[in-house]
Amino acid sequence: MAARIGVVVFPGSNCEHDAVEAVHALGGEADLLWHGDTSITGFDGVVLPGGFAHGDYLRPGAIARFSPVMRAVVRFAADGGPVLGICNGFQVLTEAGLLPGALQKNAGLKFLCTTVELEVVSTASVLTGAASVGQRLRVPINHFEGNYTCDEHTLATLRGDDRIVLRYVDNPNGSVDDIAGICNEGRNVVGLMPHPERACDPLLGSDDGAVLLRGFLAATGATVAAASTAAGSAL
Amino acid sequence: MTFDVLVEVRLRPGIADPQGSTIERALPVLGFDGITGVHVGKAIRFCIDATDEASARSEVDDLCARFLTNPVIEDAVVTLFEGDATDDRSPGTIPGTTVGGGATTAAGIGGEA
Repeated sequence: MAARIGVVVFPGSNCEHDAVEAVHALGGEADLLWHGDTSITGFDGVVLPGGFAHGDYLRPGAIARFSPVMRAVVRFAADGGPVLGICNGFQVLTEAGLLPGALQKNAGLKFLCTTVELEVVSTASVLTGAASVGQRLRVPINHFEGNYTCDEHTLATLRGDDRIVLRYVDNPNGSVDDIAGICNEGRNVVGLMPHPERACDPLLGSDDGAVLLRGFLAATGATVAAASTAAGSAL
Repeated sequence: MTFDVLVEVRLRPGIADPQGSTIERALPVLGFDGITGVHVGKAIRFCIDATDEASARSEVDDLCARFLTNPVIEDAVVTLFEGDATDDRSPGTIPGTTVGGGATTAAGIGGEA
């Protein structure tokens, strides 16, 4: 049985279909969840996609955090369920307190829309389990508030507990310690600013994101269809 | 009792303020010299009903900590003023604040011109 992923749609989300397509291409099943849903029963994993949830009003993620579905996501995460926040989804996870730190405006005050190189720092997370440490991945970024920051104590904890999962090779936005993605203490909640779902097919310029999402599907504990475990280039 | 509330949300020291630094860099070009320390934040205005000022302040502080600011990167400065509960519930002018000429100019540009 293929992994069944719920992709949450907030008013203003705009990457939910990219996420659904990528999951399908990798052999998983995906359905959209509405932000007003109060239950996420029957899903093996949850993705909070990119976009501008609730218009990014007040702060990115600040209002999305109070959407009814987030209570269910918090419970799902507390029970060990895999949760992935991409871009705006990462911002929502920090606002919801599921991940530490915050995303501030990019150094240089520019919206960044480009492809960057990432380095896998830790494979002990629901996103990076199929990758290898030191592996370089070309993945797009598309954000204005992607400059990760946290206090020194939090940074020391993230480093000490091997919870920095991805770093930028050439830091594009000023993130502390070149951080592109982190995980929670249980390693089942991961947030990252780059968009792996937009790099799952060579036609899109890179399929390096597939190794990440394949790892996420595998981490759901369901058996991912054998066909999808072939190399990303076969997609 | 009704209180007018002004919450000023500011970036904490050490947090990058690219808007503030960009504005500051532009000032000499426009002929404004000697201006330093430009910071950009947010001003949030509302009315609140409470039994007294202490309970109003307590509720606003809670609101700031849980919603209006992200304590990782932002601080809030709260100004409370006992309002006169105007019919439309819009906050009055908080003493000590003034409406600058810029507001008038902006209204003129955006109006029926």
